[in-house]
Amino acid sequence: MRSILTIYRKELTDHFSSNKFLVLLALIYIAGLSSTYVALQNIRESASGLGKYVFLYLFTTGGDVLPSFITFISFFIPIIGIIFGFDAINSEKNSGNLSRLLSQPIYRDSVINGKFLAGITTLSIIIASIVFIISGIGLFSIGVPPTSEEILRIFFFIFICIFYGGFWMGLSILFSVIMEKTAASILTAIAIWIFLMFFLPIIANAIANGIAPLENASVADQIRNFNIGQGILRISPSTLFAESIAILLVPTARLFQPTLLNIVQTPPQNPLSLGQSLIQVWPQLVVIVALAIICFAISYIIFMRQEIRST
Amino acid sequence: MSEDNNIIIAKDLSKKYNEHLVVDNLNLAIKKGEIFGLLGPNGAGKSTVILMALGLTEPSSGSINVAGFNSTREPLEVKRITGYLPEKVGFYEDMSAKGNLTYTAELNNIPYREIPKKIDEVLEIVELTKNKNQLVKTFSKGMKQRLGIADVLIKDPRLVFFDEPTEGLDLKVANHILQTILDLNKQKNITFLLSSHQLNLMQKVCPRVGILSRGKLIGEGTVENLGRNLFGGGKYRIELELEKVTDGLIEKLKKLDKVVNVNKVDNQLQVICDKDIRQDISRLIAAEDILMTRMDMKQDALEEIYLKYFKEE
Repeated sequence: MRSILTIYRKELTDHFSSNKFLVLLALIYIAGLSSTYVALQNIRESASGLGKYVFLYLFTTGGDVLPSFITFISFFIPIIGIIFGFDAINSEKNSGNLSRLLSQPIYRDSVINGKFLAGITTLSIIIASIVFIISGIGLFSIGVPPTSEEILRIFFFIFICIFYGGFWMGLSILFSVIMEKTAASILTAIAIWIFLMFFLPIIANAIANGIAPLENASVADQIRNFNIGQGILRISPSTLFAESIAILLVPTARLFQPTLLNIVQTPPQNPLSLGQSLIQVWPQLVVIVALAIICFAISYIIFMRQEIRST
Repeated sequence: MSEDNNIIIAKDLSKKYNEHLVVDNLNLAIKKGEIFGLLGPNGAGKSTVILMALGLTEPSSGSINVAGFNSTREPLEVKRITGYLPEKVGFYEDMSAKGNLTYTAELNNIPYREIPKKIDEVLEIVELTKNKNQLVKTFSKGMKQRLGIADVLIKDPRLVFFDEPTEGLDLKVANHILQTILDLNKQKNITFLLSSHQLNLMQKVCPRVGILSRGKLIGEGTVENLGRNLFGGGKYRIELELEKVTDGLIEKLKKLDKVVNVNKVDNQLQVICDKDIRQDISRLIAAEDILMTRMDMKQDALEEIYLKYFKEE
């Protein structure tokens, strides 16, 4: 256990003192603070019509020019996860450190566990810090404290973000275990992210339109088209994450309806309780947590079974 | 192979990578306090033997014990008492020498209050005290190798594995490293297993060597004994190039004191003997009235033994 802590501490120090950490932190803070500024303006303009969950609008409201904080964070979390994992193992191998490290009296899994935990801690600190900063600014600017339910929803949001980031980190660690070159592992992870983020929606749309065309379609066919497209999109953890955070941070939103994105901007009047929202997104949450665990478990198994060479 | 005197005992040790046999039925015993050289060309299986001894790679069959611990079943116990310097030693380049050594010390559970003293001690041994706070990325290859030795010494090992310790170093630095190994062996009674293909350098420090070829141990013992076995006895070989070689001359040469054997190749003779008898040979050839154009004497150097073993590879 002590060896995991030693490796964890060292990796954490490396992350915090690295340029990539500072750059990512700066990007996320700029994006977060900008979206908060836009959100605050929108909240002030339509304060009377926002209903019960004013505080959560800080995270979900965007403008014409800048998207909302949750849109930004959906984009940045995979990048953070990939960047903190893509060279975890292969860089140690290439630098000749791995065999020296493993010749110390430590179990082999201490290395991968220590690295994963340090990456997750760094990711958690980045996400939690920006969420708390936005909350602080919101509290100061709006003057309305969050309700206990809003606080819980924000904590669940942070929790999902961490597991979603954990999935991407697990995936990039997996590539760092199986690929020798760090360039190959980061490019593969980014290629998968680009595919899931940008190409899968196009493919899903094309398939849905092919099976249930929208031209002169009845309402039933439109819903079928939506269901087919959404079903395909749910292969992607990005979709599952987007659905989860939308339902958690927009209590009035519902799953399985075609006008989901419109709802986020013009909410209906019947918000769900936290429990009901959680029931709605429970499958998504389970899959995100499971994917993060599965990715890391595969990396772990492959790393433990790999032959160690002297160079 | 007595467990008491030997720190490493390999029994029928084999290792396959996929279907490729890298180490083939190796039986080897290394005594406590000795400096043993494991020699062989690249790909002979030297590094794999070391990795199996450390418990970093599992043998396909057979076993290897280090200080009484089975390396496969008790790797932590083995790693607690052994140090390992890989062929391509790596350090965290953005950390100082002190930072890297502190990390190793922490991984070895050395109490925090003892670490600074320990670091100063090992850096002094490798003469890197004034570079203590310097970033490793500014170090030369020789300095990194010395830091590697410090890194190994920080845990007070009883046994040290050095994989190609002088590879890529200039002669001065290589000699310095070898001298450090000799000093540590003498002062701290540390056992060393050095793997290398730089035979001339290994000969300076290894009284006993094992020659590994395609995973098989094809020769083991002192350099002198290996030479004797290989060249049919005799410590020295005197090569003669003559105007003509007669049977009578060969017979007379064989009768000289300390001559073990005489071999003829064209007009050249190779006299294998246990003493430097060049003067006697010169006198004999002059008496026979034969013109001698060259006479060389060779001691059985490891280089030659090695070449002889690997002439078919």
